[in-house]
This record gives sequence, C-alpha cells and structure tokens, in this order.
Amino acid sequence: MSVVTNTTTIGAIELPSRRNTELLLLAFAVVIPIFAYANVGLSIHGKLPPGMIAYGGGLAVLAGIAHLVVRRYAKYADPLLLPIGTLLNGLGCVLIWRLDQSERLQNLAKRQFGQFSESAPRQMMYTALAIALFAAVLLLLKDHRTLQRFTYISMAASLVLLILPVIPGLGADVFGAKIWISVAGFSIQPGEFAKIVIAIFFAGYLMVKRDALALASRRFMGLYLPRGRDLGPILMIWAMSLLVLVFENDLGTSLLFFGMFVIMLYVATERTSWIVIGLVMSVAGAAVVGATASHVKARVTAWLDPFACYTKSGACEQVGQSIMSFGSGGVLGTGWGQGNSDLIGFAANSDFIFSTVGEELGLAGVMAFLLLYGLIIERGVRTALAARDPFGKLFAIGLSGAFALQIFVVAGGVMGLIPLTGMTMPFLASGGSSVLANWALIGILIRISDTARRPAPAPAPSPDSEMTQVVRPS
Amino acid sequence: MNKPLRRISLFCGLLVLALLIRTNWLQYVQAEDLSTRKENRRVQIAQYATQRGNIIVAGGQAITGSAATDGSDYKYKRVYNEGALWAPVTGYASQAFGSTQLESLEDKILTGNDDRLFFDRTIGMFTGEKKAGGNVVTTLMPDAQKAAYEKLGDKTGAVAAIDPRTGAILALVSTPSYDPSLFAGNSKTDEKNWVELKDSPEKKLVNRALRETYPPGSTFKVVTAAAALEHGVVTDINAPTDTPEPFFLPTTKTPMVNHAKGCEKATLNFALQVSCNSVFANVADKVTKDKMLETAQKFGFNNDKIDTPVRAFASVYDKNMDRPGNSLSAIGQFNTAATPLQMAMVAAAVANDGKLMKPYMVDQLTAPNLDVIEKHEPQEMSRPLSPANAQKLQQMMVNVVENENGTGGKAKIKDVTVGGKTGTAQHGEKNAKRPYAWFIAYAKTDKGSPVAVAVVIEDSDADREDISGGGLAAPVAKAVMEAVLKNQNKG
Repeated sequence: MSVVTNTTTIGAIELPSRRNTELLLLAFAVVIPIFAYANVGLSIHGKLPPGMIAYGGGLAVLAGIAHLVVRRYAKYADPLLLPIGTLLNGLGCVLIWRLDQSERLQNLAKRQFGQFSESAPRQMMYTALAIALFAAVLLLLKDHRTLQRFTYISMAASLVLLILPVIPGLGADVFGAKIWISVAGFSIQPGEFAKIVIAIFFAGYLMVKRDALALASRRFMGLYLPRGRDLGPILMIWAMSLLVLVFENDLGTSLLFFGMFVIMLYVATERTSWIVIGLVMSVAGAAVVGATASHVKARVTAWLDPFACYTKSGACEQVGQSIMSFGSGGVLGTGWGQGNSDLIGFAANSDFIFSTVGEELGLAGVMAFLLLYGLIIERGVRTALAARDPFGKLFAIGLSGAFALQIFVVAGGVMGLIPLTGMTMPFLASGGSSVLANWALIGILIRISDTARRPAPAPAPSPDSEMTQVVRPS
Repeated sequence: MNKPLRRISLFCGLLVLALLIRTNWLQYVQAEDLSTRKENRRVQIAQYATQRGNIIVAGGQAITGSAATDGSDYKYKRVYNEGALWAPVTGYASQAFGSTQLESLEDKILTGNDDRLFFDRTIGMFTGEKKAGGNVVTTLMPDAQKAAYEKLGDKTGAVAAIDPRTGAILALVSTPSYDPSLFAGNSKTDEKNWVELKDSPEKKLVNRALRETYPPGSTFKVVTAAAALEHGVVTDINAPTDTPEPFFLPTTKTPMVNHAKGCEKATLNFALQVSCNSVFANVADKVTKDKMLETAQKFGFNNDKIDTPVRAFASVYDKNMDRPGNSLSAIGQFNTAATPLQMAMVAAAVANDGKLMKPYMVDQLTAPNLDVIEKHEPQEMSRPLSPANAQKLQQMMVNVVENENGTGGKAKIKDVTVGGKTGTAQHGEKNAKRPYAWFIAYAKTDKGSPVAVAVVIEDSDADREDISGGGLAAPVAKAVMEAVLKNQNKG
C-alpha cells in the first residue's frame, strides 16, 4: 500500500484487523457446544452421542467458512460478533437436540401430530443455510450504503412481509398468534425478516428527514414538539404496529417495530420529545388493545399471577411451568439433560427454549447467556458509534436496538417479567426464519463495522503535484 | 448523533440488567419456593426417579420395594410386600395421590435427599453410582403383626402392641386394611382403585390403631384405679369401698347400672375383676376431676403430639365437665375417647412398674450402604404411678385374667403372668349401636414385661351379649402376646 507516500493526510494509520482474535474466539465457540453435546449424550443415554463427529465437524466447517469470508471480504470487522453468534447457535442446536431426546415431548408430538420428527437435524440444516446467507450478505453487500437506494422499496417489502400472515390460505394460526405463513411445506415467520427490511426503510427515511423532524418544532413545556405534519410517519408506524397486534395477535412484533422506530427517530433527531411521544403512544396503544383483545388479555392475566389461573388457562400454565423451570434450576442448574423443562410441553424448543437454559444451566448459565446477548448488542451499538455515515449509524442502531428489544421481550416473557409474546430467542430457538434472519443481521453489522474501522483510502496521489509546473513570468 | 447513541446504549444495558435482576430473583430468591410448589411435578418425578429405600421390620425383612415402570415421568414405583398387613405402618407412597405416614415422614431418607446422605451422594457423583435411597428400620415384629392381623380376620378393629420396657411398637394393625400397591402408580387402574378405597364405607384407608379414637369403656378403669391409688383415695386394694347399691351419679338421681353382681361396698380389686361401674364412678368422684385429669394426662391423654413418628390422634379425657360427667368418664364413657395405641400405653405403663416409655416405631435410619445415620434411644415419657402402686395395679389386672370370676380368662397363657382388663364400650345415640369390644393386657416374665397390647373390635355381628372384651378381643391379645413371647425365647 502506498500509505507512506503521502504524509499530509491523517487517518491512514492501519488498525489491527483483529482477525486472529476472532479465529481464537471461534475455536472456543466451536469447542464449547461440542462439549455440551457430549454432556447431553452422557447424561441422557450414558454414552457419547453418535453424531458427535458429524455435528462437531459441521459446526467447525461452518464457522471456518464464515471466518474465511470475513477475513477476505470484511477484514476490519468487529471480532466478537461472529464468535458469539456461532457459540449461541451451536448451543442452541445442542439445546434442541437435548429436547428431541425427551420422551415426554416425543409422546406429545405423537398425540398431536401422529408422529414425532427430530428438530435438531433441521436446525443444523437451517444453520448451514444461514451461514450461506451470512456469506452472501458479505459478498454481495460491498458497502451498506447501497441499501440506501432501496429505502422505499424496503417500506413496501416490509409491509408485504407483515401482511402475509393474515392473508387467508397462506397464514397459519399457531395457538392464537398469526405470525406464520406456510409455503411448500415450510413454515416461515416473515416478521423476523421484516425486522431487517424495515430497519433499512427507517434508516433511509430518517436520514433524509432528520433535519425537518429535528429543527421544525415548537417549544412546549420544556419539550420540542414536532409540527403536526411531521407527526405523520410516527403515527403511521404506530397504527401499523397496532394493526399487527390486533390482526396477528402478536404483541412482540408490534412492540419490536414501534420500539425500533422510536429509537431510530431519537437518534436521528436528538430530540428527547420523540421518546416521550413514543412512550405515551405505546402505553396508550397497549392499554387499548390489552383491554379489548382477548388473546392479549389472557397473556396479561397469566403474567400477573400465573398460579392463580394455573389449572384454568393454558396461557397461565405455560408461564407457570416456565418460571417453575427457572426456579427448579436454582443457582447452578441440574446439568445438561437432567432437568424437566420438557414439562412445558408445547413450544419447549422454540418460544420457551430459554427455560431449558434456566433449568439445566441454572442462574449461572442464564446470566452467561444474557451477557453474551448483551455483548452482541454492545458491539452493535459500538458499530453505530464508529460508523462514519448517518445511514450506517441509523441502520446499526436500529438493528442493535431491535435485537435488544427482542431479547428483553422474549427472555422477559418466559421469566414472567413482562407478558409473554410470541417471539423466539435469537440463535437458540428452533426455527429456520429466526436463524436465517439473525445471521443476516450479524452479517450486516459486520459489514458496517468493517466499513467503520477500515482505514480511509489514501487519497489518490495527485499526479499534478509533480507535473504541474510553476509558470513564472520570465 | 453520538450523544443519543450513548443514551440508547445505556438503555439497552438497562434492559439486560432488568433481565439479570429478574433471573436472580427467580433462580435465587424464589428458587426454593418455585421448586417445591404443589404445581411442580418435578417433586414427584424426583421422588420416583431412583429406587426408593425400603421400610424394614425387625428381623431385617423389607416390607416395601421399588419396581421399574415404563412410563416417561416416573422411572420407579412403590410396591409393597403383604401391603394390607403393613399398611398401618408404612402408609402409602403414590405417584398420583401423594404419600402418608412413614412414607411421607421419612421421604427424604427414602429418596436419598436427606442432608445426612449428602456425603453418600457426593461420593456417588465421583464413583458414578446412582443415587439410592436410605432405609427405615422399624421396631415392628412380623410374627406379632401377623398374629394380630389373622386373629382379627374379617372383623373391623385394631391392635396396638408395644414393648413396655422401651416403648418400641411391636404390632400396629387395622382391619379392614388396604394394599397400598393398588394405587402406587398413576394409571387409570390406580385411580379407580384409589377412588374405590377412598369412598369405601368400611373406611379402609383409616389407620385405626393410631388415627381413630373409641370410647375405651371399662378398660379405662385401669386409669381410674391408678388415679385412686396415686392420689391416696384407696390405699388398700382389698379394703371395702363405701359404694352403695344402687349408686347415683353425684348431684343426680341417675343410677349407675352395674352388669356385675356383688358390687355393693366391693373392694377395688374385686371391682376391677368383675368390672363394677358403681365402684369406679364413686372412686373417681372422690379423686375429683382435676386429679383424674392429671393422671390421665400422665398416661398420655389429651396429648396431641404423640409422634411415633407417625402422629397419633390425641385421646381425650374431657377437661371441662361436671361431677357426674367425671364419674361417667371414669368408666370410659361420656366424652372419654382413646386410640388403641393410647390404651396399649396404659397397660404398658402399669406393666413397666409405673414408668411410661415414649412409643416409637422407627429404630434406625440407615444409608444405602447400611451405615446407621440415626438410632432411636428409648425415652421416658412420664411416670403416671409409683412402682408400689403399679405393682398393686398389676396384681388387680392379673386377677382379671387368672381369677375364675375374672372377665379376661380367655387371655390366660400357660406359665406366664398375664394381666388384663376387658371393656365393652357403648356408643351411638342412646347406646343403640353395637358396642365396641376392648381388651388391654400385658405379659410378664422374669425379665420384665416384653409386651403390652390393646385390642379393639368395632360393631361385630355377634350377639350383643357376646360382644364383650373378654369374649372377642381377649383371644386376639393372647395371640399377639404369645407371638412376642415365642419370638423373645427364640432370640
């Protein structure tokens, strides 16, 4: 590189790429799930699981591919995102495999669907697909700013994605929540993808409108209130969130989108008033829907006291079982494969997978998982801070904020901190959409962080400096 | 844009912090509460996840077992050897319907979860041995138990036998009984059996030896006699009392009916021998209610904490009654009520020269490797009467059995001194129901008294005349005492 050729430009000092750090961390991220896998096999069947080599090898190969792609196409990316994603995904597969071994869940599946099929191999397949998607994101998306061009297409796309589950014949109603569509035998959760697509729209839109939204305002009671016409977008997003809530019975998705929008709006405009307005609107919306929609009302009742209605309502029983799972785990947990979190029954390996963590790995394990998620969020926010362009900043904070909200809503739901919603724990829960979408999200964050940390290209050496001749009047 | 970014970062941190606090709350602060809630099936699952320890009787024979099941929830279930015979001792441990008595009280030992087994569990973790339950070794004597159960046959009744020298319970029988194996699992059949037993008109699930009180009838006269001797109302058991015939209940015009003849001015000794109601009503009035109560309580009446460790119901000697009530109570009627165990304790205290030992049935708790974790040491409970008075009372009780006029002749055992007292307790409105037949007794050899026993038989289908303690209950008591004596000679 011709770094030294020009000493007049700053920012040309090359940062360490940190790729070797990433590789070392990845080794841990592969080895830990393999040990966990062996542990489950030993405790349930008394011998090492037969798929040990295939599973361990598979995870190592996937991690290796991801690493090589990052090394080649995103050299300066954040070194923590990929290892943490790999670790969570690997442990998620082990948790799913562990629940596959549960006789109780096998019998339940046979009673409900006539047959039982293992989820772990499918999850491995989805993981492979997700890593492919991750690689594709890095390969095709050379610069995240190109996404800016798709601002309004993204808006349309996200609306379509959100509406899909309510379309008759396409949407599938799973225990009251209409967040699934089934296409050619596959169940897809469009909301997971909408999360990313809508972030593109918000980032692009807010980048353009931020000045108008920030500056044209009136001061009222210490708050800068936006002009009436500037309230339009937030009102629209609010209405859309409510519609999702009402028609799809999905508290989680609606909270996620609205929360993400408010966060991005606040970051774009630097106006606290948007936070206040956002909070007021979500409280109002939640209160109205909570009081009217029976589905939401049942969830709220279950949250307030799951044991009061334990025998009467399925929602209460689920939450009750889940928090008993956490309580029974205690500080150190029962150990892999030795808990009874399968008593939760339905959705034990998807919505409620975190309860298995709680019971088998205990308080220590849950805190470790939460801190891993915390680290992903923190790296995301750091990426937003480091990003040099407003679009990248907004996009990164939107994705990280949504990720944080999702963790809070899901983990808080299964732990009885907030009413339960129908979302899944990123990377852990069984389900292809979730894994694919979250790896794409990590891919995008890696791309933005790479752009942020990449040394500024050296200004092209100006050929004129040598050639230009000073013309002196002679 | 960096200032708001930092704030959002803080906000995300708070979200994670809230989750961290919540998990600490659930898994540390509330862990105990949540993991033992009644809704939490893990409790039962853990209970039956490993082979449960056994309940063992004297001689080392196990009366319980564990059988592997093919259900997905519970790996093992409880089985019982001769379940109906031992049910009053073991209680039951059912996957679906909970557990009672020893199965419930010693559950921690039986499942291996007791803190005192912590060391065994820790070692097991390293050696790879599966967690196993400890054993509960009881004092029950199989021969005595079987003798009582067989002699009671299809009659409704109960037997309690104890070793007066230590308080060790030797037999504890209740008929009709139930087999706890019938509902130990959680299948449909188990449920059907359970419902049938629970609603059975014969009240099969009731442990009559400990958990049912009956009016003790004339057997209570032993207590009255003890009170009379202890409080100096009678000093010479062969001196005539001043009992008129007919004797009217104090302050009333109600005569005390005697079924026996020759009760006028009868001696205390003779009165017990033929069971004169009037004499004891008279004596009790002189002792006064408070002192009667004092003696009765020393024998264990009104004590609701007689833990063997299975808690026996409190026997009752009414604390608030008038003089006629006291006189009626003194012959085991009115509000007086006693468990078979209580009456066995009365006989035992007399046989043990006035010293009442605390009844118990768990001799040892052992670890899975048979190390003794806890051993019961016999404890003195009280001294209801002095040795001299106890010997006088023994003499009177021996008369009941040995004397040709005595009511307890059927309990006579060759070459052994046997003392006893019969009882026929009336009950029901206007005493319309068939009375309960009682017999309490002890046997004494040169090595002290090895056995005291109480037998009660409910509404028998025999004629009213025949339902006397002497006729129905005495042979049962005799069989139990013989079994114990035989066992003692063997050992």
